[in-house]
Amino acid sequence: MQHAAVKVDDLNRPVAVQVTDLHKRFGELEVLKGVSLTAREGSVVSMIGASGSGKSTFLRCINFLEMPTQGQIEVTGEKVALTRHKDGDLHPSDRKQLERIRTRLGMVFQSFNLWQHMTVLQNVIEAPVHVLGVPKAEAIERAEKLLHKVGLFEKRDQYPAFLSGGQQQRAAIARALCMEPKVMLFDEPTSALDPELVGEVLKVIRDLADEGRTMILVTHEMKFARSVSSHVIYLYKGVIEEEGPPSQVFGAPVSDRCRQFVSSAHA
Amino acid sequence: MAGQPGFPEILSLGPTGYGDELLFGAAVSVSIAVLAYALGLFIGIVGAMSKLYGSTLTRSIMQGYTTLVRAVPELILILILYYAGTATLNQLLESSGFAAIAINGFAAAVLVLGFVQGAYSTEVLRAAIQAIPVGQMEAARAYGMSPWLIFRRITIPSMLPYAIPGLANLWLIVTKDTALIAVVGYTELALATRQAAGNTKMYFTFFMTAGLIYLIITLVSQRGFAALEKRLRRGQRKLA
Repeated sequence: MQHAAVKVDDLNRPVAVQVTDLHKRFGELEVLKGVSLTAREGSVVSMIGASGSGKSTFLRCINFLEMPTQGQIEVTGEKVALTRHKDGDLHPSDRKQLERIRTRLGMVFQSFNLWQHMTVLQNVIEAPVHVLGVPKAEAIERAEKLLHKVGLFEKRDQYPAFLSGGQQQRAAIARALCMEPKVMLFDEPTSALDPELVGEVLKVIRDLADEGRTMILVTHEMKFARSVSSHVIYLYKGVIEEEGPPSQVFGAPVSDRCRQFVSSAHA
Repeated sequence: MAGQPGFPEILSLGPTGYGDELLFGAAVSVSIAVLAYALGLFIGIVGAMSKLYGSTLTRSIMQGYTTLVRAVPELILILILYYAGTATLNQLLESSGFAAIAINGFAAAVLVLGFVQGAYSTEVLRAAIQAIPVGQMEAARAYGMSPWLIFRRITIPSMLPYAIPGLANLWLIVTKDTALIAVVGYTELALATRQAAGNTKMYFTFFMTAGLIYLIITLVSQRGFAALEKRLRRGQRKLA
């Protein structure tokens, strides 16, 4: 690893995202059984675990793409007001608050989810212009800088369907960054990519970590999680089985399951 | 019949020919079709959204509407809605102390055909909205877009490529359904043709001409829809 500096959580930094005792039930199946997480400004929290352990569901609950069954979520100090819905889950009570909170959380999806009817540039400026009300010229300027940064400036007028998976994911990261979010949420950002395209996306994410961006990252890339994170959470069947600094979770885990998992994943 | 001009002259514009009557009829037909189609699209969008996201009550109302309208032949519907609709409206007006009104044939045609089109549009648009990949909507929600903004900026443009072939069909159907309006005595292309043919006894000439006009409307429409579809699919890759 060329990055000698190890990220350490500074306990004096303000809390960016606080999730407390999150439960999620899909019918009879309880996917999350009381998971909590604290992400301070500048920290990189990675969530690892086998498929079905609930890590993606957890991430999707933070911006309410999935409604939690129980628990509390606080983003940059603002607690999301929740009401119990007749489907049994908690739904945000105030739509305006929800939309405001979401603009602070830059989501990057496993399958990119770029809007297919818009060019790369249009994708990147869409939400800043129409949600945040940024003047179009300013948004374009901001977007072009970001596209330079992720190496896609030349592709700005292309439609997503004509780009490779790696290019699409980098465009999706630029789209998230253009909202100037407080926290970036990555939901398995490289799982849908061909192996040779994984590196270019991880490099962009690593640059963001080095800039001191706050990030919560769900991933199967163990080596990457180990080198980029300040805190790692190993989820097993909806509960936190082990958590701590990467040196502990990958180097000297207390839990046998965690040791087995990280050794089988060649971290 | 003495002095009646023969084949091409009978179609000329002016006092001796029926060309101007036919063209006027065609213009009326196209106007009815355009307005009825627009009304149908509006009903269709409202109907599709209520079917997909509405309460149980609105969903059953829309289900009843699309089932009934699509079950009954258009001709019968036009007769029911035109005659029964006029009678009911006037009864209501009279019982509340207003004078009965004569329903404008053009407006009635637009309303009736629009109502019928709405049922079919509802189904075409519902299916198109359901064909949008879930991730497109999720990304919009994740970026803090309001439901109305998502509808305008994401739902409508994403569903159009899936809807266009169905909507093009509906347009071609409504251009021809305008001919059914002749049964309530409103002069559009079909009735103008029948009148001209009846007056001159030149049935073949006039019905062939009318058929040709409908064919031209269709050919022009196909060009238009093909161009529109190409534009709407500009973000999609062609099948190799």
